[in-house]
Amino acid sequence: MMHSLRIPVDASQIVSLASGDQVLITGRLYTARDAAHQRLIDLIDSNKPLPVDLAGQFLYYTGPTPPRPGMAIGSAGPTTSSRMDRYTPKLIAESGLRGIIGKGNRETAVIEALKRHGCVYFAATGGAGALLGKHITEARVVCYEDLGPEAIYELNVVDFPAVVAIDVRGRNIYVDGPGEWGGRKQEK
Amino acid sequence: MKTVAFNRIVDAVRDLCVRAACDLPADVLDGLNNAFAAERSPQGRAALSHCIDNAAIAATERMPICQDTGTAVFFVTVGSECRISGGLLGDAINEGCRQGYRRGFLRPSIVGDPLFDRKNTDDNTPAVIHYDLVHGDSLTITLLSKGGGSENMSALRMLKPADGKEGVVAFVVETVAKAGGNPCPPVIVGVGIGGTADTASLLAKRALLRNVGSHHHDARFRELEEEILRHVNTTGNGPQGLGGLVTALAVHIETFPCHIASLPVAVNLNCHAARQATVEL
Repeated sequence: MMHSLRIPVDASQIVSLASGDQVLITGRLYTARDAAHQRLIDLIDSNKPLPVDLAGQFLYYTGPTPPRPGMAIGSAGPTTSSRMDRYTPKLIAESGLRGIIGKGNRETAVIEALKRHGCVYFAATGGAGALLGKHITEARVVCYEDLGPEAIYELNVVDFPAVVAIDVRGRNIYVDGPGEWGGRKQEK
Repeated sequence: MKTVAFNRIVDAVRDLCVRAACDLPADVLDGLNNAFAAERSPQGRAALSHCIDNAAIAATERMPICQDTGTAVFFVTVGSECRISGGLLGDAINEGCRQGYRRGFLRPSIVGDPLFDRKNTDDNTPAVIHYDLVHGDSLTITLLSKGGGSENMSALRMLKPADGKEGVVAFVVETVAKAGGNPCPPVIVGVGIGGTADTASLLAKRALLRNVGSHHHDARFRELEEEILRHVNTTGNGPQGLGGLVTALAVHIETFPCHIASLPVAVNLNCHAARQATVEL
């Protein structure tokens, strides 16, 4: 099934998304990788406010290439999500995130947090950064500029293609997909 | 004796960095097209079509194929009749890398200290450089732009000689299966067998330089490549690990003699955005 999502996405539409569904995402979202996550978690642990309000927002795990002159951004595909696993349950619980975009499977604790707080994990195609960069029309650094490509950016995305990887019921395409296709051979 | 000027190497490496980042090699693109023809899972087909379209966009718009423009891993072959004037070869390669990543709008992805500071060097240096000394006056430089997602799924196991072929197959298939979607499948599986722990790891990396669809010259290893590929492609991981029939485009094995007590096996995976470029000077 194909959904068009406009951020902010309301709770009923989040619940309607099922693992395996294709989506096109439009709206503003934030980027963060490992180093930015560490800083966000340090703020949460010391009871300080986050530099961006993530309530109801989407987070995209990417570290883009620098834009060529006249372009919004360079190549900007997803990075491996599992590196963020140790931060994600707390970040979801404390920030009210509604969606996360990355690639690859997540730990059980992340899946439990997604279910408990009504957040969806999407997978974008890794290694397709040029194509995905074309769906990003604006980019600006919000904070942590010193981290270079690991800074937090605000992006405007239009019809950004992704697949629902783990839905709010905890159904997980990284388990169900290989389960369905495992043991089958290619036809010659 | 041939003389190659320092600055000529700098310029060549600078161009090589951009070429590797933006132009997917034809054999890899052929592999992706064959994968698309063989794949039946809807999510797998969607991902593969993204990968194929992405290669065209990258080539025509000079955008990097992937935002992770990688660790710059150089394989350099230097003839005994070739000398470099004006500086050290390694310095020229690093200067070319610095200029290529900065001027080519590639992402600097290297931190200077791996554990404590982890501060970005901002120009993707230092490069990783492997040298081979050969007869003649040639100077050939190959750049493998190696992404972190696939490199993080590398594995080394010191098998017992008695583990034999079955042990090798089981270890390689287990490594690819466990990696799931992290290394951006369909992957190219580099396998190094023999030598010492360090040799096996380098062999596995070197195996990634071979053309997709090429085979080991020894029929026994060729059959082993084909056997591992069949097993890997029945794990069901599929493109991006979302489920499907094509988990790997190829398995490449490289070998070296080893100690009577040892059977080292290393696995180095490359993502479907398997980027490399070569220049001869």
